[in-house]
Amino acid sequence: MKFDVSHIAKLANLTLNPSEKNKLEKELEETLKFINNLNEIDTTGIEPTSQVTGLENITREDEAIPSFPQDDALKNAKLTHNGFFKVKAILNNE
Amino acid sequence: MNKLNEHTIKQAREGLRRKDFSSVELTKACLEQINKAEPSINAFVTICKKEALVQAKEADKLISSNQDLPLLGIPIAVKDNLSTLGIRTTASSKVLDDYIPPYDATVIKKLKDAGAVLLGKTNMDAWAHGSSTETSDYGTTKNPWNTNHLPGGSSGGSAAAVAADEAIAAIGTETAGSIRQPASWCGVVGLKPTYGRVSRYGVIAMASSLDSPGPITKTVEDSASLLQVLAGKDEYDATTSPLPIGDYTLPIESKLNNLKIGISDEYFIEGIDVEVKREVLDSIKKFEEMGAKIEKIKLFDPRYAIDVYTIIQRSEVSSNLARYDGIRYGSEREKFGDEAKRRIILGTYALSSGYYDQYYNKASKVRSVIIEDFKKAFEKIDVILTPTSPSLPLPIGATNKSIMFGEIADVLVEPSSIAGLPGISIPIGFAKKLPIGMQIIGPQFAEELILQVAGTYEKKTEKEEWRKIKPNL
Repeated sequence: MKFDVSHIAKLANLTLNPSEKNKLEKELEETLKFINNLNEIDTTGIEPTSQVTGLENITREDEAIPSFPQDDALKNAKLTHNGFFKVKAILNNE
Repeated sequence: MNKLNEHTIKQAREGLRRKDFSSVELTKACLEQINKAEPSINAFVTICKKEALVQAKEADKLISSNQDLPLLGIPIAVKDNLSTLGIRTTASSKVLDDYIPPYDATVIKKLKDAGAVLLGKTNMDAWAHGSSTETSDYGTTKNPWNTNHLPGGSSGGSAAAVAADEAIAAIGTETAGSIRQPASWCGVVGLKPTYGRVSRYGVIAMASSLDSPGPITKTVEDSASLLQVLAGKDEYDATTSPLPIGDYTLPIESKLNNLKIGISDEYFIEGIDVEVKREVLDSIKKFEEMGAKIEKIKLFDPRYAIDVYTIIQRSEVSSNLARYDGIRYGSEREKFGDEAKRRIILGTYALSSGYYDQYYNKASKVRSVIIEDFKKAFEKIDVILTPTSPSLPLPIGATNKSIMFGEIADVLVEPSSIAGLPGISIPIGFAKKLPIGMQIIGPQFAEELILQVAGTYEKKTEKEEWRKIKPNL
């Protein structure tokens, strides 16, 4: 099996250098080989479990409550502008 | 007489109430021990000396006006993946090197409301990815019993801090083994509560369907009193259970009459350390002497749990770590370490189009099989006893040999984690001067029961010679 690590890295928004790509490709292969035993278990007709609490549709009243003051919310940001988070442009030539 | 920092929560509470010493004195004793031990064990990422002394002074004021809170004036260390208002929280990753949370995790709020003094933030595997602390971006924590050995992980800093008497108690978090395994390797008590018993709000998320914060302590009694503070429904975590919490601090009985204990050969796994096996079997005999009935049961091979856990955990990791964009807080994604990148890549692959059924869906079905298997077992028996770890604490550097190191080290705790069950690891002795732990697993929300069983064992063995040994730091 051959993995397209570049494609997966793009999905995961990770920038990898060529040596990292090679290493991760090998390690991914190794890990998948290691965890390849589940097919030995017959799961016909078995429902998957995604949570163990048995709780469903937990809701609360939709009420406005005080949240962080703007200053607190921005305190950890590396780039801000007039009380907003500043991000790099995501659209070009518009 | 114990030194102040060597006190348990119970001893410290009694001493504070009798005014034998003040919270400031108790806190200073812990800070002095931190000064002394940190150069050799590196259990902390951040030490909150100034803040702790302010809180201790506050506590002393309340004590002198006869206020009574469950943890009033008790210095506690917390894992660095618990958000602390105004105090740097890194999850041991350089991505969050300068992150100062604007709010407290529910666990932290509960500790503060109970009067605890926050000593500092303990080291861990970065993002809790590992079972050794070797993936921390702030250096490896060393095992206080032998600094050439690993403390286990991911809550290795919390377990080492308690074992080294740097703190009266500590908080860890567990996804599959991260409380019990380091507790076992450091010779302390570690309780992983039922998933949903303790709030995850403000815990830097690893695998959201598994994460469970819990106490790491010197005694079972302390574990119970901390759980009493931490447990309960939280409106900020929709997965917390509405079931009423138990009375965990009930007096410990001295007999275990009619208790049915299940033992499974599958958990004395191939390759298990012979001394670990011998000590655990010895301890099981002591349970019989206490009146318990031992029954052989057959459990689903725990090795399959490695596959299930790896797939589910990596998938949830890739999703949870997607939020770190360096825009609102923290640094850019380039700063993720090797282990985080490895897990993000595998998780993204397992969830990607065309592979979901083969990996995540299949693993979630086998998860159902494991849950059903435990349910059936608990129809016949009350608790299950197994070794916590198949090995003694391994030497520093052991993780370099296998990228699956953590999963192999945690094979005996992964099945119960996957099923959301509570488990407690307690120390039962030493081999080669390194600690050995045994775990007691119970049905969902049976914390009261497993604490009783663990407490009774602790009481029966309290006079044993090995309990008097302290790490030589």
